[in-house]
Amino acid sequence: MKKTFAAFLAMVMLLVCGMAAFAETAVMTHEEYVAAELDTPVVVETYVQAKQGWWNDQITVYCQSEDGAYFVYNMACTQEDAEKLVPGTKIRVTGFKGEWSGEVEIMDGTFEIIEGAEPFIAEAFDVTALLGTEELIAHQNEFVSFKGMTVEPSTIKDVEGEFAFLYNWDGSGAEGTDSDLYFNVSVNGQTYNFVIEYYLCGADSDAYKAVQNLKIGDVVDLEGFLYWYNGVQAHITSVVPAAAE
Amino acid sequence: MRNMKKAILLIAFTVLVSVLLTGCHGAKNMTTFEIPETFDESKHYEITFWAKNDTNKLQTDIYKASIESFQALYPNITVNLRLYTDYSRIYNDVITNIATGTTPNVCITYPDHIATYLTGNECVVALDSLMADAKYGLGGSELKFDGPTRDEIIPQFLKEGIIGSRQYALPYMRSTEACYVNKTFVEKLGFTLPENLTWDFVWEVSEAAMAKNEDGLFTVNDQKVMIPFIYKSTDNMMIQMLRQLNAPYSTDLGEIQIFNDTTESILMEISEHAATRAFSTFKISSYPANFLNAGQCIFAVDSTAGATWMGTEAPLLDIPEDQLVAFDIEVMNVPQYDTENPKMISQGPSLCIFNKDDPGEVLASWLFTQYMLTNEVQIAYAGTEGYVPVTEKAQSSFEYQDYLSRRGEDNETYYPVKIDASLLMIENVGNTFVTPVFNGSASLRNAAGQMIENVTKSVRRREVVDESYMEKLYADMISLYRLENVEQGGPLPTASRLLIAALILTWILMAAYVIFGAIKRKKLKISD
Repeated sequence: MKKTFAAFLAMVMLLVCGMAAFAETAVMTHEEYVAAELDTPVVVETYVQAKQGWWNDQITVYCQSEDGAYFVYNMACTQEDAEKLVPGTKIRVTGFKGEWSGEVEIMDGTFEIIEGAEPFIAEAFDVTALLGTEELIAHQNEFVSFKGMTVEPSTIKDVEGEFAFLYNWDGSGAEGTDSDLYFNVSVNGQTYNFVIEYYLCGADSDAYKAVQNLKIGDVVDLEGFLYWYNGVQAHITSVVPAAAE
Repeated sequence: MRNMKKAILLIAFTVLVSVLLTGCHGAKNMTTFEIPETFDESKHYEITFWAKNDTNKLQTDIYKASIESFQALYPNITVNLRLYTDYSRIYNDVITNIATGTTPNVCITYPDHIATYLTGNECVVALDSLMADAKYGLGGSELKFDGPTRDEIIPQFLKEGIIGSRQYALPYMRSTEACYVNKTFVEKLGFTLPENLTWDFVWEVSEAAMAKNEDGLFTVNDQKVMIPFIYKSTDNMMIQMLRQLNAPYSTDLGEIQIFNDTTESILMEISEHAATRAFSTFKISSYPANFLNAGQCIFAVDSTAGATWMGTEAPLLDIPEDQLVAFDIEVMNVPQYDTENPKMISQGPSLCIFNKDDPGEVLASWLFTQYMLTNEVQIAYAGTEGYVPVTEKAQSSFEYQDYLSRRGEDNETYYPVKIDASLLMIENVGNTFVTPVFNGSASLRNAAGQMIENVTKSVRRREVVDESYMEKLYADMISLYRLENVEQGGPLPTASRLLIAALILTWILMAAYVIFGAIKRKKLKISD
């Protein structure tokens, strides 16, 4: 009787441990991730699309799978591992779902690289027609494109003149520093403020240089990640003259 | 034998002299900085200045204008400005550049950071002799500008730049923290703002603000979002709470004392209000000003140097106009445990100078550093935010007093919230404090804030925060911030280590000489 009871207990324990292990590693679909409450643990398998500069044993990564995108903020990462996070790499991210100024992201994440997986690079999804609609947020964090955007003037407080872009949001930055570039573009009568994040596209990148060469009135096609900061504020990675109709 | 004796003495002398000459505050391959007799104005000096601004165009304009006017006085000095918006980025870049010998000449920094720079190769110039120099020191006879004398710098601020027994930094601006209060909501909730905020009052009002209507919206603002109490800098929060309770944090010599029962009780108290979502932090939720201005926060604690973002009439706004919810704003001291003895942090940028091979270059850096303390620069920069000038000379000047007296004349230069924040600092200088500076104090500060962040996140994530949680938290902090490695009293400076080594070597050589001589005499006796 004792032996049977002990065996039963052992089986129960194994079952519980197995369930717990399963629960810990259960990978979510993007739909499940979206449905998850804020501040709950999340696990996703996804593909690196781009990364910001590694710093202080952390890295911020833009990820996307075929069913949706994720912004993984300040994920624990060694400098050595950061080198391995090239676009297309499949990773399993474990962290917590959070929201910061409207941007839904994975916070306090850790990751492991899934070896041998086929790489996946997302095609830019054209969201031009969705700008200004409530549907846009469904594509948050995705790699997207904006077609035929007109560069609108930016201004600096107490400074005369209009500018095609600003170093930092208010013009307080300068060339040769780690300033982000902010610029306004419009389509269908609405203007949007987009940004080149220095730690995503540095001063040597084509996108950074392209924005430095913008002129008010230029019509451009843009690509980037659909980031949110108190509203849409795409992190742009490509700026080219608009394709002829 | 006579040649041998001479050789040994010569070696000993050479070692001693070379160590004495090169050991002090020289980075590797650098000579000791000695103030030149005169500043060579026929020689061109190019210096770099790494500056921090609060993402504020006015501040960068003042840096540029100051450089221009300085260069007009000293045409042989060119100052190259590199702008940062984050102290930690400057810190990181300085550390990197110490290793490559490419530090800037002048740098905006925190004394905590200098303590770490000093452990590298002592590349930061001690300012004591420069400050006292009759020609080029503070108020010196050869200066081309009307800089402050030593006595004209607010002594408390000046003292903050002393590390060990030497002055390594000059204060540039000072601020403290303020609690920006939505008075309209406090009164709507049935409370009256006291003269001084207490923690109990803030927690009580914050919990009351969590009440919801049947439709799920918060009663106080009819919105889906309400975070009544948001703290920007949680390291300051913990440090101030400990100080207000006279609880240990660290000793002056660097003994870590923060992991104590008072800290635990503070964290438990915070966790209760984080669990109800009445409390959150910048790192978890976002800028307190944005929530405050959107009518989604009642108590927003941020630097007085963040005052231009606070209030719906603020000169700087970060949310769309249609999200602004007008309210009466009150600028108050941070919450206190004992309102009779208020205690609040003193913070703000300081200036340090890095050593270079050419003493003339260091002197040029020193001249520029002093220039940043002139009334012209101090008053202009202090007016960009709720900063206060660090000199009595600037604070008591007609221009600055005029600036303060014009509170509310407009919502730009004389924005009332900004001037209230400056006045709060000026009126409380005697109530401010700083934490001890030592190698590792920056890490300790990070750990202080991280504990609040962790506890807040944990209860939001429905983790149990109890005694065993605290034990693990303390262990994690010690490990993460390498606080077990903080050497009490800090390591000896390189100069001291070299000097000790030289003395030991000298004694060895002298002993060797004596022994060698004795053996020689013995041999001579035997042969006799």
